[in-house]
Amino acid sequence: MATIDEPLYPIAVLIDELKNEDIQLRLNSIRRLSTIARALGEERTRKELIPFLSENNDDDDEVLLAMAEELGVFIPYVGGVEHANVLLPPLETLCTVEETCVRDKAVESLSRIGAQMREQDLVEYFIPLVKRLAAGEWFTARVSSCGLFHIAYPSASETFKTELRAIYSQLCQDDMPMVRRSAATNLGKFAATVEPAYLKTEIMSIFEDLTQDDQDSVRLLAVEGCAALGKLLEPQDCVAHILPVIVNFSQDKSWRVRYMVANQLYELCEAVGPESTRADLVPAYVRLLCDNEAEVRIAAAGKVTKFCRILNPELAIQRILPCVKELSTDSSQHVRSALASVIMGMAPVLGKDATIEQLLPIFLSLLKDEFPDVRLNIISKLDQVNQVIGIDLLSQSLLPAIVELAEDRHWRVRLAIIEYIPLLASQLGVGFFDDKLGALCMQWLNDKVYSIRDAAANNVKRLAEEFGPDWAMQHIVPQVLDMINNPHYLYRMTILHAISLLAPVMGSEITCSTLLPVVVSASKDRVPNIKFNVAKVLQSLIPIVDQSVVEKTIRPCLVELSEDPDVDVRFFATQALQSSDQVMMST
Amino acid sequence: MNGGDEVAAAPSGPPQPLEWKFSQVFGERTAGEEVQEVDIISAIEFDKSGDHLATGDRGGRVVLFERTDTKDPGGSRRDLERMDYPISRHPEFRYKTEFQSHEPEFDYLKSLEIEEKINKIRWCQTANGALFLLSTNDKTIKFWKVQEKKIKKISDMNVDPSKAVSNGSVASSSNSNSAKQYLANGGWPEKSYGCPSNDFTFPPGGISSLRLPVVTSNETSLVARCRRVYAHAHDYHINSISNNSDGETFISADDLRINLWNLEISNQSFNIVDVKPANMEDLTEVITSAEFHPNHCNMLAYSSSRGSIRLIDLRQSALCDSHAKLFEEQEAPGSRSFFTEIIASISDIKFAKDGRHILSRDYMTLKLWDVNMDSGPVATFQVHEHLRPKLCDLYENDSIFDKFECCLSGDGLRVATGSYSNLFRVFGCGPGSAEATTLEASKNPMRRQVQTPSRPSRSLSSITRVVRRGAESPGVDANGNSFDFTTKLLHLAWHPTENSIACAAANSLYMYYA
Repeated sequence: MATIDEPLYPIAVLIDELKNEDIQLRLNSIRRLSTIARALGEERTRKELIPFLSENNDDDDEVLLAMAEELGVFIPYVGGVEHANVLLPPLETLCTVEETCVRDKAVESLSRIGAQMREQDLVEYFIPLVKRLAAGEWFTARVSSCGLFHIAYPSASETFKTELRAIYSQLCQDDMPMVRRSAATNLGKFAATVEPAYLKTEIMSIFEDLTQDDQDSVRLLAVEGCAALGKLLEPQDCVAHILPVIVNFSQDKSWRVRYMVANQLYELCEAVGPESTRADLVPAYVRLLCDNEAEVRIAAAGKVTKFCRILNPELAIQRILPCVKELSTDSSQHVRSALASVIMGMAPVLGKDATIEQLLPIFLSLLKDEFPDVRLNIISKLDQVNQVIGIDLLSQSLLPAIVELAEDRHWRVRLAIIEYIPLLASQLGVGFFDDKLGALCMQWLNDKVYSIRDAAANNVKRLAEEFGPDWAMQHIVPQVLDMINNPHYLYRMTILHAISLLAPVMGSEITCSTLLPVVVSASKDRVPNIKFNVAKVLQSLIPIVDQSVVEKTIRPCLVELSEDPDVDVRFFATQALQSSDQVMMST
Repeated sequence: MNGGDEVAAAPSGPPQPLEWKFSQVFGERTAGEEVQEVDIISAIEFDKSGDHLATGDRGGRVVLFERTDTKDPGGSRRDLERMDYPISRHPEFRYKTEFQSHEPEFDYLKSLEIEEKINKIRWCQTANGALFLLSTNDKTIKFWKVQEKKIKKISDMNVDPSKAVSNGSVASSSNSNSAKQYLANGGWPEKSYGCPSNDFTFPPGGISSLRLPVVTSNETSLVARCRRVYAHAHDYHINSISNNSDGETFISADDLRINLWNLEISNQSFNIVDVKPANMEDLTEVITSAEFHPNHCNMLAYSSSRGSIRLIDLRQSALCDSHAKLFEEQEAPGSRSFFTEIIASISDIKFAKDGRHILSRDYMTLKLWDVNMDSGPVATFQVHEHLRPKLCDLYENDSIFDKFECCLSGDGLRVATGSYSNLFRVFGCGPGSAEATTLEASKNPMRRQVQTPSRPSRSLSSITRVVRRGAESPGVDANGNSFDFTTKLLHLAWHPTENSIACAAANSLYMYYA
């Protein structure tokens, strides 16, 4: 219809495409819903667009998801908070759809809108909505309702509050496990809005029901609720109500529940306070460390440092350390690996003497573990233990472990150790490094695997940064430059790459005197790949070196390459020349 | 047996044998019509309410049927002509929809063809009137949503659609190149008007000339959409899938492993059972079927080719290679023969609705087990005892490896399983019941009823004797009935709440009630 003004045309198309056959176009329109709303104006948005969207509830899930998201930020387009309630009906419909991600998004948007709504509107529109959803025929609606109580509750009147609490308690006993899971997930949020008096009575009894649910999946979520609820309660109530539950959970028949406790224990300790932690949770934790399910031990072992931090050193040494010793020889490599990744953190907690006496033997045995991940995890946290006992004690056992990892047949293991070399270098100091590790770093530049050579080049650069140009001139650069004569072009390429990385660190003078000649001579290489890489390296050197050097050395070399028979060499040479022109113009 | 205590209290003693009547047939073959391989039904499953029935076939299709006698039949649709409506209370179904679930594929890494044949179908929780189901072939499980969608008619567009079409772009598109297309048409002056950017100011009252499209719809159609694909988790052929009572997870079992999935997450699964030996030459046993307990989320049972059923508890450990309970019948000493191990293989297991009993089917028998009694089955029903003389022939033509399914009635008082010649057998398993009925999957199910009440196994000596005799007249049993080993009734399902059985005879779906 040609009556539409020409600047409006794109919007007209956008509106029409809300109902296009092509899902991409519909999605596109929904994503730009705010544009459509602004074009229609606030009133027509309220009266036409929103009802229109409400009817659009059997669209594809992707479209519904986008719609749920857009509506969450739609308050400005319907005329501000006093009209926010018009957004509720379409979101209510979206709260009932089958696809979980759409429902979750709709609940999120509803919460966001509800948080901004005026109190009387909440009472008039939002609370009835929550009640409708909670009484929904399909479980989908009831699942969604659980996530909205914490918005509705604070502004409700006394009678409504009583009713809402009763409804929530009902949802926690729903026939469908999905609903109970949702109720368990959201219990903490809802409890935070409930008055302390009811918290201790009604909410706690709801919570207790959930902790005894038949479905493991519900109890799992109840564990997560422990910490949140505990933080809301007075310490003594927490000890009275939450602590027994945690202790029970830590002995649950289901390993998944115990796993959850192991994962959450630190937060739970915070909730019950240090006193009860020492008295009640240490035994529970020790049990989890010795659990017969490896997954539980993995989770428990991963928390050992965090847990020790809230204990005093004596208790940690007395109770936890024996378990740690056991775990360091656990039959599951994953347990040992989890332990290795945190055990270094125990050193500052235990102090120097205990560390040397008790922890060091464990470190050393883990450093000799047959499983590379375990060794790597120890090495990656070396700085923590270094602060406590100094490197001398460790270095003797460290070196064989590093050398073995450096030569591991799995390239990913070699890659991992390379990434820790700068850390090791900074911890071990120049002297130690020169003697033992320098050769390894050079060896990696000749590795068979590209990723290792690439990482090795980077490593060389980081070492130069760590120890400074002078050291690098002596210990790295000559060896690196030697390798430019490697008969295989791929290795020569690695050296070019290393040079381009080293140059900025070494500074203009060394670059001109030492690095540049090597690059220029490489431009005579017989392999085109080397030549165009020379062009790329030269381009990267331009900003580093002096203008006169560019004119005298780099440009002539590039000009020569730009006449190379190989098309790629010409391309990169020309590109480098152009960039040197730009540098000249700007200066 | 203990399972039927509640019902056993009925004063009239054992329940009367049911009298089965023909109810419906879908896809009946006309005389002389040849069965297309792709049409052969390979899976049958009622949903939890019994309002829907799904079948899968070798062609990778899933066909859904819906119950008509509980709801108002409503507007008549396809296939209504198949059924005349007597006023009846037994379940009646009509064709609802069908969709192509799996396509034939080729695994290039292993140079293996992957058939599209549907091995199993399982219904998931219904939500919002949409139906959900899982279907699987040998390798890939798919999660389907079947939903009514309105057929929409759009009118009152801002832009004349005919004009847009004449422009060569279907209903135009709102990205910037659409503007160019219109320009090229000459219908629009040269001015920049891409998508209005944020600095484009709208009048405060909005623009009145814009309108929203008007959607009218009066018809709906059923649309099946594949919501998720759970692939690449099985090295061997998937034989079972089963939903957990928590509504969020399910398992899939192949010959050597069982994996646990979350319905919402298709890119990872957890291996919970792995019976693969370090050296494949040590392999003595494969998994043949697996099912979750109907209401304990942590229990599942799986059966093996050596005739054992293992009950495992997911709470005990993450890897459930050690079972919580083992159900196995000790073979009578001295009765071993070449076929003993082959016929011991369990082809299907099903939990009773109460979760107390497990029904298993091996080649010769149906066995009912009490989960609290692992010393032996509480009842054994002879299904193929009359075939014992012919095991040799059955071995030679591979029939001995046929995988018959079994099912229990909703009240747990009867069990059923299939046989050859399109026969299926129903047994009463309530206390004192001697009910044993043989029915033929045809419009006259009682036509070929053979009275072969359950009886103890014969001794070895009789085997050798009758094997010889069997060889002389293959295909004829002791009663003089001929058996057709090519027409086998492998798949059948019992309605969850009523005495109604759906069974598959080649490409036809027969429904019976009592």
